Amino acid sequence: MEILVSSAVGLLTACGVYLILRLRTFPVILGLSLLSYAVNVFLFATGRLALNAPPILNKYKEVAYTDPLPQALVLTAIVISFGMTAVIVMIALSSYLTAKDDRIDMTDEAGEDA
Amino acid sequence: MSLFLIAALPFLGAVFPALLIRAGRNASSMAAGSVTLLALVGLLINAPAVIRGEVITARLDWLPWLGLNANFFLDGLGLLFAGLILGIGLLIILYARFYLSREDPMGQFYTYLLLFQGAMVGIVLSDNILLLLVFWELTSLSSFLLIGYWKHLPEGRQGARMALAVTGSGGLAMIGGMLILGNIVGSYDLTVILQNKELIQSSPLYLPALILILLGCFTKSAQFPFHFWLPHAMAAPTPVSAYLHSATMVKAGLFLMARMWPVLAGTSEWFYIVATTGLVTMLLGAVIALFKDDLKALLAFSTVSHLGLITMLLGFGTKVAAMAAVFHIVNHATFKAALFMTAGIVDHETHTRDIKKLGGLRHLMPLTFTIATIASLSMAGIPPFNGFLSKEKMLEETVHTVWMGSHYLVPALAVLAALFSAAYSFRYIWHVFMGPVRHSYPAHPHDPGPGLWLAPGFLVTLVVLIGLFPNTMVGPLVETAGNAVIGGGHEHFHAKIWHGFTPALYMSMIATVGGIALLMSQRRLAAVWDAARRPEAKEIFDALIAAVTRASQWFTDALHNGALTRYAAIFVVFTLALAGYAYSTGTMAAPTREMLPVSAMPIVGWICIMGATACVVAFHRNRLLALVLMGIVGLVVSMGFNYLSAPDLALTQISVEVVTIVLLLLALNFMPKETPVESTPARRIRDVVLSVTAGLGVGGLIYALLGRDFSAPSIADYHLENSYSGGGGTNVVNVILVDFRGFDTFGEITVLGIAAVVIYALTEAILSSRVRARLLNRVMDTPQAGDAHPLMMVVATRVMMPIALMVAAYIFFRGHNLPGGGFIAGLIAAIAVIMQYMASGFGWAAERQRIPYHGIIGSGVLVAAVTGMGAWFNGLPFLTSAFGYVHIEPLEEFELATAALFDLGVFLAVVGAVMLALESLARFAWQPGIIPEHPMDINPERDEDGPQTSGQEA
Repeated sequence: MEILVSSAVGLLTACGVYLILRLRTFPVILGLSLLSYAVNVFLFATGRLALNAPPILNKYKEVAYTDPLPQALVLTAIVISFGMTAVIVMIALSSYLTAKDDRIDMTDEAGEDA
Repeated sequence: MSLFLIAALPFLGAVFPALLIRAGRNASSMAAGSVTLLALVGLLINAPAVIRGEVITARLDWLPWLGLNANFFLDGLGLLFAGLILGIGLLIILYARFYLSREDPMGQFYTYLLLFQGAMVGIVLSDNILLLLVFWELTSLSSFLLIGYWKHLPEGRQGARMALAVTGSGGLAMIGGMLILGNIVGSYDLTVILQNKELIQSSPLYLPALILILLGCFTKSAQFPFHFWLPHAMAAPTPVSAYLHSATMVKAGLFLMARMWPVLAGTSEWFYIVATTGLVTMLLGAVIALFKDDLKALLAFSTVSHLGLITMLLGFGTKVAAMAAVFHIVNHATFKAALFMTAGIVDHETHTRDIKKLGGLRHLMPLTFTIATIASLSMAGIPPFNGFLSKEKMLEETVHTVWMGSHYLVPALAVLAALFSAAYSFRYIWHVFMGPVRHSYPAHPHDPGPGLWLAPGFLVTLVVLIGLFPNTMVGPLVETAGNAVIGGGHEHFHAKIWHGFTPALYMSMIATVGGIALLMSQRRLAAVWDAARRPEAKEIFDALIAAVTRASQWFTDALHNGALTRYAAIFVVFTLALAGYAYSTGTMAAPTREMLPVSAMPIVGWICIMGATACVVAFHRNRLLALVLMGIVGLVVSMGFNYLSAPDLALTQISVEVVTIVLLLLALNFMPKETPVESTPARRIRDVVLSVTAGLGVGGLIYALLGRDFSAPSIADYHLENSYSGGGGTNVVNVILVDFRGFDTFGEITVLGIAAVVIYALTEAILSSRVRARLLNRVMDTPQAGDAHPLMMVVATRVMMPIALMVAAYIFFRGHNLPGGGFIAGLIAAIAVIMQYMASGFGWAAERQRIPYHGIIGSGVLVAAVTGMGAWFNGLPFLTSAFGYVHIEPLEEFELATAALFDLGVFLAVVGAVMLALESLARFAWQPGIIPEHPMDINPERDEDGPQTSGQEA
């Protein structure tokens, strides 16, 4: 199980980083979203993986619980990453509408650095 | 009066002049004057005890673990300086009342002056070097305000900036020196430091500490090569020059050298650095002063020269010289402040400070002439005035000084400096007041009213009295102050005019006669001086500043050339390098955890997410397809959360997924649907290498982490144990969010709200710009649906709305004990509303939306805050929750917790933020009258063959 999670996080990170290095706004937004998934799963996994042990207290019998703290952190992180995505989408859209161009580099000779 | 109060009074009083200026200029100056007088009286009450040899202290531990304590002490040296600062301050306040014109904002002036005064008093009374540094920097700042007081004059602004740059950087150096000193001794308390001479002087860090501290002192006291800022600071109003640049601020450096004298002086390093600098400064200042035609510039350089004299005396390191230095500090303050004031009077009455345009004023301004003459003669060192006494002592000391084996160098140069000093002093009398009366003064000069001459008059009275009766007038004060400088032992102070035929007397006579001779030939020498090429300090300074600006500009441009992709690449490379360093230097424990078994379903999910992620990259140029693939990734992630015992996360992820995809679809509506191929293959290979490395690193890190147990005991157990008993809920994740870490959550909903408001603001800015017209006339690049609001969807979403809201309510209420809570419920409610927008159109939905989303965000944050504050009324900290169980027939027993109210705040903030963000985006698309506004409208114009334009011109 661990290898599946790790490889997924690795691939999400790799694809996220690759897209962040693109030259247009939309792929960069996609890349940031992929990275958000990777980071959220990473943080969640720092509590170690467990099956059938949700942190919902059972009043009637002794059962195992997984670590609730990373879950609480990641829950807010998910909502905040939505806020962040919304803001950058808005910035990207505004700049595209204003400049009629969705390149993200501001150099005059954008092609040279490309 | 307590020392705290004396130090605090000027600061506290600084508001009054600014406020009372509305009641007139007299009220304002009276306020400043009374504050100063009060502090002076408070100081004088303590004076008898200090003269008896007591040290008065006031201690207050402020940040003891940093060694920063608000400790003050008053000894002889502190008394002398505080007396000078407050006493001369009082005279300056009087003088400035009549000097400043009606147009000058006087309230501001007195406020700045009192702030400066407070900072100076703070320096001289501090018993903690960190506290002293704080006051030290405050003097730099407040003097900046005072020098630049005439904001409309470019010289004033430039002079203020230069003074701040020079004294400020010196202050920075001094901070370093003081910290080293405190480190050597192990205490930042001055009284402790002063008792550790051997420890400090034997430390290998003595020299660096000495140099750094002296840099601070030399910059502040305008010692060569930092002397150049002082003449430029003369652009300030004359009261400021008289106060800061003769009596107080420039003496702060001297004060500190005197204060540190017991522990820093006496070494050859001290002697050669301090005495040499002082000697050079004294000579250089005196020479330049003779050739300055501006009255204030002449006085400024003479101040530089006299400061050099005192520095040199302190540098000699002998007790007699230190005593002489203290004596000259008093004398210089009296005659130089008086001279500045007379220069101000001349400027005020004749409207010029150019010596070449003056002369013959003795008949027109007899009173000013008398005052200026006495003060000048004292500066020249002519008996029976006080300047003579201390200059004699100085010359006497130089005779005993050996510099690098030479017995004659120091006395010879000192005589030369005294000679120039006499020459410029005589010039001040001769070229301004003597000579024929001119007919061409810019104004009609006459003696001013008593407001202007009282203060300098009082000072020259002191000049005469100290000159005639030095031991009665200031003997005890100088003796106490001098002994405070010396530290250990007791040195007797005695001054008299006639010593007999000593070498000092001959040297004085040479200086006086030579000075007169020099003055006779001043005009001819000045021609030579003006023709000679000299390094101009201001040009060098400006060039230096320009070079520094260019260098930082170059550095910034090199790093930030506007290519955001480049910053991102640099960031990735740097992070990888850091991680690589950590990986290569760290050690890793052996794996301790068993791997979880893998069943079929996770494999299927894994294949989905890996495939979808890879496809996002492979097909990212087709933006719509990439979005669909992103949806798959999000779904698998949320299923994975559910599988791995995180039901709350699964619910959150899946609902966030919906709103995110809606958001991106809305944005995509306006953007190109394809990403063109632009980057070169080489660049793509670089990016692949970077991203694969990053992916391997992150994947490997989490794999390594998952195979090992916690290295420290987890705090999870605490939360699990106290969730039900302390927080009243069985869903530990929710209890953490609303209770254990409620403050975090409070911050997060605030951030979320701010993000939404930012989006709204951006929308407003865009829609009120030219872009609006372009949006209205845009041509759709894809075919538009003929029925924008499909009938089935409209009906279905309207039926679903109450059901979805019910689900949200259910999720909300069960959140404390079962998966759910405010965040998830808020997202579900937002989705319920978004569905209406999507199905029935923006116009229709906006018409029925009566509560603005800002209000919902605000009320959410407010509800959460008020809930948190409720704890205060029970004497508990912010956000402490309370809960109880209620039983009302016929309902089951249920729980009421304040945490639920807090969660309501979260719910509202999330609903408001999500909706505000999406609604803002949707407003871009809304084209009144063009896209059908009403649900179930069919657009009959639809053409199956090609792209449909929605513009009016279509």
